[in-house]
Amino acid sequence: MSDSPVTPGSQAPVTPASSAAASGSPASGSPASGPAVEPPSRWRKAFNEIIGGSVMISVLAVVLAIVAGGILIAVTDENVQKAAGYFFARPGDTFAEIWKSVSGAYVALFQGAVFNPKRPEFVDQIKPITETLTFATPLIAAGLGVGLAFRVGMFNIGGRGQMLIAAACAGWVGFTLHLPWGIHLVVAILAGVIGGGIWGGIAGLLKARTGAHEVIVTIMLNYVAFYLVSYLLRTPVLQAPGSNNPKSPPIDATAVLPDLLGPQFNLHLGFIIVIAATVFVWWLLNRSSLGFKFRAVGLNPNAARVAGIDVKNMYVYAMLISGALVGLAGVFQVLGTVTTGFSSGIDAGIGFDAITVALLGRSKPWGIFVAGILFGAFKAGGFAMQASQGIPIDIVLVVQSLIVLFIAAPPLVRAVFRLPDPANPKKPKAPKTPKPAVETREAVAAK
Amino acid sequence: MSDRLPENVTTNGLAGGSGLPPTEHNHPDAAIDAPPTVLVKSWKAPIAFGFFALGAIVLFIVFGRDGDSTFRLSTDSDLIQLPAVVLPTRATGIVLSIVLVVLAAISVWFVATDRKIRVWFMAVFAVVFLIAFLTWASAGQTIPLPGLLIGTVSLSVPLIFGALGGVISERVGVVNVAIEGQLLAGAFVSAVVASVTGNLFVGLLGAVIAGTLVSFVLAAFSIKYLVDQVIVGVVLNVLVTGLTSFLYSQVLTANPDLLNSPPRFDRLPIPLLSEIPIIGPTLFRQTIVVYLMYIAVAVVFYGLFKTKWGLRVRAVGEHPQAADTVGIKVNSTRFWNVLLAGAITGLGGAYFTLGSVGQFNKEMTAGAGYIALAAVIFGRWDPIRATLAALLFGFATNLQYVLGVIGSPVPSEFLLMLPYLITIFAVAGLVGRVRGPAAAGRPYVSA
Repeated sequence: MSDSPVTPGSQAPVTPASSAAASGSPASGSPASGPAVEPPSRWRKAFNEIIGGSVMISVLAVVLAIVAGGILIAVTDENVQKAAGYFFARPGDTFAEIWKSVSGAYVALFQGAVFNPKRPEFVDQIKPITETLTFATPLIAAGLGVGLAFRVGMFNIGGRGQMLIAAACAGWVGFTLHLPWGIHLVVAILAGVIGGGIWGGIAGLLKARTGAHEVIVTIMLNYVAFYLVSYLLRTPVLQAPGSNNPKSPPIDATAVLPDLLGPQFNLHLGFIIVIAATVFVWWLLNRSSLGFKFRAVGLNPNAARVAGIDVKNMYVYAMLISGALVGLAGVFQVLGTVTTGFSSGIDAGIGFDAITVALLGRSKPWGIFVAGILFGAFKAGGFAMQASQGIPIDIVLVVQSLIVLFIAAPPLVRAVFRLPDPANPKKPKAPKTPKPAVETREAVAAK
Repeated sequence: MSDRLPENVTTNGLAGGSGLPPTEHNHPDAAIDAPPTVLVKSWKAPIAFGFFALGAIVLFIVFGRDGDSTFRLSTDSDLIQLPAVVLPTRATGIVLSIVLVVLAAISVWFVATDRKIRVWFMAVFAVVFLIAFLTWASAGQTIPLPGLLIGTVSLSVPLIFGALGGVISERVGVVNVAIEGQLLAGAFVSAVVASVTGNLFVGLLGAVIAGTLVSFVLAAFSIKYLVDQVIVGVVLNVLVTGLTSFLYSQVLTANPDLLNSPPRFDRLPIPLLSEIPIIGPTLFRQTIVVYLMYIAVAVVFYGLFKTKWGLRVRAVGEHPQAADTVGIKVNSTRFWNVLLAGAITGLGGAYFTLGSVGQFNKEMTAGAGYIALAAVIFGRWDPIRATLAALLFGFATNLQYVLGVIGSPVPSEFLLMLPYLITIFAVAGLVGRVRGPAAAGRPYVSA
């Protein structure tokens, strides 16, 4: 949310501003001509923006986090510890072991997430990247929901509850109603989205009408949803007939999201839907009047109210849409990933992961899309790394959270890599350039 | 996060309706000094009471159960043995339902005659409702009352420590969502340290240091780098979860005897006090961590509202500019008090490993930090009220265990859901537009 003041500014007005600067500076810069030394800073500025801008910061934050993860892997590796025992006798051994453990881990991560050249068939070689996209699909959907709430100044921590309710609704339609092909899928998706939307909307409604803090309400609704779904999974409503396990029957084939690339890949239609959802959220936030009101409320609710925006209704609408998007993630889980029947752990922690996805994506739709794919890659690769290298998948959580932490604090990353600050490039320069001048003057005076 | 719409009318109405005792920070004089014409009657409380009374009639009379309910008041080891109380279930339900209806009617009369509904009135109502419910639930069974209450205190300990940490941190102006991370870090470090050294008190110290370290990151990022405090908190929770789970799988499971088998605190009955019937076993036959908790609650309450330190903390959290003007160093006050909050919360984490379970498990806090956060807001940033809220959550969790043993008439999921539902109702109905420390969540940059 600290970014939200930046976001709308950098979204729309940056382009006109930069184009104005591009067209304006030669005109204004050359006639003035006196300080001809100044205008070349345009190149400098562009350079600074690339070096110190948000893209560079994001990349460097990922690098920093991966380095930190590598240190953690190396320190806890048994072979490294053994070699470190005789470090002063043969230091090379230690470094060799460190390299082996860290590179082994990250190579396994890469092979599990993007491309595995070790497999014989090309289809098997590219399977990891489709796994990444499959894992990314619900993350992006839920991330969009959380990010949308962020933009309206609300913190939707209730992803788990919204996903569970959505999964229960979509799942129930999926195995109870036996509708024709096509219609069944649409009805199931709609049921889930509506379920998630209502569950999110409760929090928005309570905030708008009674002032109840949405953080408490969404946390509490997580638990309510969990126990409600757990209960329903023990009753004939959701439980598979003839079973004692709290698990639902499998979804009808007509309601399962079809595979995109054929049966040998897990990637399903949900990925296309989530692209559409990203476009929709982008349009909603940046092109629609409702989105304008959303952002206005997010920036300053008091000012928005003075400007005639119904702030309370915005809270309700935002939480409805946010819950619906998070619900979409639950739908993907039930109709795409786990189609053989679900239990109360169907949310798989995505509701909380979505918060970090939204933060990493800076609450911008396409940022969330990229962040979701990155985290999907970590998830897919993490499982491969755990299987082949025996490194617990929890390391992925560490790396993910460090990335978000570093990205949230650009000054820290700049300090680590000693980069200039593009926002106020004068500040680091100003003390530097005059100083020698002062010094020389003093030196001259002294002489 | 909380919207601060300056609607005097409703605020005054709420203050009148919820009837808080005048503590320093409620600013009751603001409501009293306001012209009497703006005093709007709030019917929220009577409506809520009526709702519960209606529920009582439905549950205890319409769905009344036959048989006798037995309440055991003493444990076998008590010095003074109280006889068990036997109540006829249906008759008790009818009588208590009538009492509840009368109480609800009194609350209507209170509001109609512009009287305040005090906290004690709500407490009486809650206790009567609870007795009626327990009687109804235990028809033909025996409820061990001391066991129920002892378990309540045990389960509440980490919540209370976490809530105290949250109160201090938010009072000084830094939103603390990282309670979960602080608890988990405290639990992990205390288990390892106590296991290696074999000394429980060194383990406690380790928990304090671990909580402080998590707080240090929170403070550094939110105060130095001005990152949104909620973001840092959420990310820290993920980071600590990942870090402790990774180290647990990678290091602790390899050598559990050395690293993850800490001794446990024994119960330490206080002479004389522990022999008071019911209260004695509940409060004074506990471990030393619980006694530390009593001290912590008292000290934090006294400190916040009666000492110079507390005044400064609250000043910095409410109006940092004013505090700065009178010479209080805002950011350093925030920094050190956030560290203090982490230290206190870390103690709560130690209770998981050294007080109850006896070893560290993956994600063993299981959302306790978020419940503690809810207790902070539910308790309106007041140490005593936050403690009571935490006790409510502990009670509900333990009630479900106890009723699970004797076989409850309600599906256990609904009992588990109850505290969260009550919190939603309470936050929406009775507490209403909660107003946290005015400057919480905003970084302070001196002009």
